[in-house]
Order: sequence, then structure tokens, then C-alpha cells
Amino acid sequence: MRQLLNTLFVTTEDVYLSLENDNVVVHQDDQILAKVPLRSIESILCFSYKGASPSLMGRCGELGVGLSFYSPRGRYYCSILGENNRNVLLRRAQYRYADDEVLSLTLAKSFILGKVFNSRWVLERAKRDHALRVNVKRLSEQSERLAHSLRDIRGCESMEALRGIEGIAAKDYFYAFDDLILKSKDDFFFEERTRRPPLDKMNALLSFIYSVVTNDCVAALQGVGLDPYVGFMHVDRPGRASLALDLVEEFRPVLADRFALTLVNTGVVQSKDFEQRENGGVFLTDSGRKAVLSSWQKRKMELITHPFLQERISWGLVPYVQALLLARLLRGDLDAYPPFFWK
Amino acid sequence: MKGPDGYPEDDWLALSGIQHFSFCKRQWALIHIEQLWSENYLTTAGFLEHDRAHDYAASESRGNTLIMRDLRIFSRTLGVTGACDVVEFQRSSDGVPLHGREGLWLPYPIEYKHGKSKINDADRLQLCAEAMCLEEMLACAIPEGALFYRETKRREQVVLNDDLRFKVRELFEQMHDLMKRGWTPVVKTGKSCAACSLKDWCLPELQKTKTAREYIDEYVNDDVG
Repeated sequence: MRQLLNTLFVTTEDVYLSLENDNVVVHQDDQILAKVPLRSIESILCFSYKGASPSLMGRCGELGVGLSFYSPRGRYYCSILGENNRNVLLRRAQYRYADDEVLSLTLAKSFILGKVFNSRWVLERAKRDHALRVNVKRLSEQSERLAHSLRDIRGCESMEALRGIEGIAAKDYFYAFDDLILKSKDDFFFEERTRRPPLDKMNALLSFIYSVVTNDCVAALQGVGLDPYVGFMHVDRPGRASLALDLVEEFRPVLADRFALTLVNTGVVQSKDFEQRENGGVFLTDSGRKAVLSSWQKRKMELITHPFLQERISWGLVPYVQALLLARLLRGDLDAYPPFFWK
Repeated sequence: MKGPDGYPEDDWLALSGIQHFSFCKRQWALIHIEQLWSENYLTTAGFLEHDRAHDYAASESRGNTLIMRDLRIFSRTLGVTGACDVVEFQRSSDGVPLHGREGLWLPYPIEYKHGKSKINDADRLQLCAEAMCLEEMLACAIPEGALFYRETKRREQVVLNDDLRFKVRELFEQMHDLMKRGWTPVVKTGKSCAACSLKDWCLPELQKTKTAREYIDEYVNDDVG
């Protein structure tokens, strides 16, 4: 399976990146802070306002190294897209599929089946791993409700109905979510999901991790030649990566939520890593973001067995493999989209 | 679609694709239809070794031999285009005139390959296709060519017989047909999948595992009970 290489996060806001003999060179004023071989990198996320040289951009495009630019506070600007997007027949198949309500619904059902299945197993795992700490009765009740939703999803006949079931399932799942937080309960608690802006530390952490996973999905989709902006469940809206939002659904519980819980329960992320703004919104500080991202890199290297392909791959490749399976479905190689079921 | 004058130029395929296609139809389709390409060590090694052979400027003339490198070729009737690594032209009374050269010349195509001679005909088919292009371009007959293997440093002479020519025509026809339909075939997996540079895109495992529907049923039904 494809190699998962490192991501280079450039978080110092006033450095400049350039190319020298296939190395990324990180400059600050007249100093060279680092030199990294391009071939050892999967992607570069640059949070510096000074940016990168055109020759580095060109080489990244050629080698298929992802290069994305963000504001120092984390607002996404743009990415370099190389020559890997020539698969025009695939994209046409994607658009045809997206225009077809029946086909779109079948796919959307797969994504949501994956999401609810995985949500359920996050609760089941917590029951097993922390039986003495958690409210087993509440987790069992909520898990049972999610099992109901799974049945409803399979029988559902419209996108509207599917969205309704998804909403209920999300409520049922998050109702038990606070039970999964085992440490520093005064600082980290969960009542409901808030996003714009996140109003407590747990929501702030979840929001940040969701954006990281969604970004990985955008890169994975682009990497296999799909258009991340044309979705099946999320409808087109200018500037919204709808397909990445569709794809990320099945990963939220296992890749994002569990990761957030681990960070809190092991004390990697603490109260001091957050700041509250004037609008009441809570956000990670720079050092908090760094702590999350460096753990994220390690997490991505951990191995699992892919449930459908039965092959050992790293967590970081899961979005890529699912994007590839999606592409294979659209080109007619598969009879359905196999969601990533985690147990 | 092929007309009375052969295929229109827009529909020409890459000649070297015949090698991929005879190796695995799916691999060819992934590269040429789906436009996916990844380099593994085999293709990278091949590319590096090819550097010198593919240098038209390095063409030379030695007495009765004229050596042309990286000669661009095509065939309207086959609907393909590509390049010959090396074509040796021998001065010969059986030969054909060449523009800007005195005398008559007989072309002899040589294709450079890394590794060694193989049992399958992929390399021979490519050579034969190149010869068929040259025959059409120069209006001559080319009964023989050679494969040069870098690992063994051996030249293998290849007689371009009717069987080989028939196979070349047949394969290109199948390739044109798939290209026209935009279809990527599903094929049997085998030992060769392990060394294939497109394994990660092809996902040969797909053809071994259960269907996606069975997989979903198994997980969700078991779970819901």
C-alpha cells in the first residue's frame, strides 16, 4: 500500500520556504532554520504569511507533494494542485452520479451507515474499556438507539428522511458523549455540539480536529482525481468542499472524536491550551494546536486492518483508501460503496 | 473510429502502451484511460537507463551504418504514435532512399530494455509495432529487429513474423475499442500484481474480497441483529 510520509507543519508565521536540490528550505530573515528532503514529505501545511517560492510550488506539483497555505490563525487560503487530476472520465462519472437522486441517496446511505455504525462502536468500546468509570446503562441505551437508526437508514427512501435519521443519531450519540470524558471534568465537559463559534473547550477541540480530518479528506479526494466540491449528500454550495464533508462523516467518530477524547483523557491537551475570545468563542492557542498536530502525526502512523480490503494500513491512509474505493465505485468496479466500519 | 485512411490523429494511442496492455489490460486502462501513473523502482530504473537512448541529438553516422536515436514514429492504420530507441540504417541495395542522405538504406529497429529477455511477448510486440510504423512511413519491409537487454548486455534478434504482426493489430484494435468506450476492464489478478506500479490504484484486492454489498450486509446485519 502507498507510503504514508510525514506532513511538514510550518507554524512560525514569518518564515519563507524555498527549493534547493529537492529540499524544502525554511528561511527566517538571513538564517536557514531547516532543510527537509521533499521526497520524505507527504504534504506541507504552511501557516506563515510569507509563503513559498514558485519553484518550490512547481516541484511539489510535479512530485505530488501537497502544499497548502493558511493564515497564521489557521484560515485556509489555497493548495497547489499538480498534474494528478487528469482523470476526466472519473470526474464526469462523479457529476453524473451526483445529478442522479437515486444513486446519490444510495451513496449517502453508505456514508451515514458508516458514521452511525462507528458512533455506536465508540460507545461500545467505552463500555468495555472503562466499565468501572462510565455510566454503562446510559451508554447501552444510547447504543441501542443507534442500532435502531442503522435499521432505519437501510430502509430510508429519501435524502430528507436520511438527514432526519442522521440528526437523531447524532443527538443520541452526543447525549452519551460527556460520559466518555474521564479526566479534568471541570474543564472538559460536553452538553451539546456548538460550532460557530465553539463555546467550550471540548467543542473547540472537536472543531479543530474535524477541520484537520476534513482537510485530509480534501487532499485524499484530489489525490485520486475526484472533485472535492461536488458531493452526494451535501449539496453544492460555492466554496464548500461537499464531497469531503460527505466522506468525513464516517471518520468523525473513530478518527476525530476518539482522538479528541484520548488527548483529554491522557492530559496531552489541558485547560491552558485554550483561550476565550470576546464573542464567547473558545479556541486552541498556538501551543495547543501544536500539541494536537504532533499527536495527530503519530496517530496517523498507527496500523489497523482495513475491514473491506483486509490489508494492514495506517490510520492516515484510511481517507485515501476510502476515496479510492469511492472512485472505483463511480467507475463501475464495485457494486456499492463499502464504508469504513470500525469495531 | 477507423476510417478508410486509418485513424484520425486525435485518436492515436501511445505505441508503448502495447507493452502494458499485453501485460495487463487493466494496467493499460488505468494509465491511459484513467490517466493514473505512479512510478515504482522498476519504472524509475527504466527511465534513468533510457536517458541516453532517447537523445535524438546523439544520432551518428559510421561508414555504412547510420544510427538514429529517439526517432519519432507513427502509423495511421494502427492509430499509434511513439518513438524508437534506436534505428540502425544499413547501406544496402535492398534499402530505401532517405531524405537528405545519399544511397539506399535498410532500417533495423532496436528497443532497449532493462532486465533480461522475457518469456512473454510484451517487448517483442512493442518492437514489432515500431517496425510496422517504420514500414508504413518509409514504404519498405522490415523483416527483423532486435531487443537489447541492459542487465545481460545481450541483443536478442526478433523475426517480425505474421503471428507477431497479427497480434499487434489485434491488441491495438482492442485498445482503441476500450479507449472509445472509456472502459477500464476488470481482470484476473496474478503473481505479477505484486510488482505492478499501479497496485495502489488498481486495488487488486477488490477482485478477491467479497462484494461491497455482502460486506455491508455482514457488518450491519450482525450488528443490528
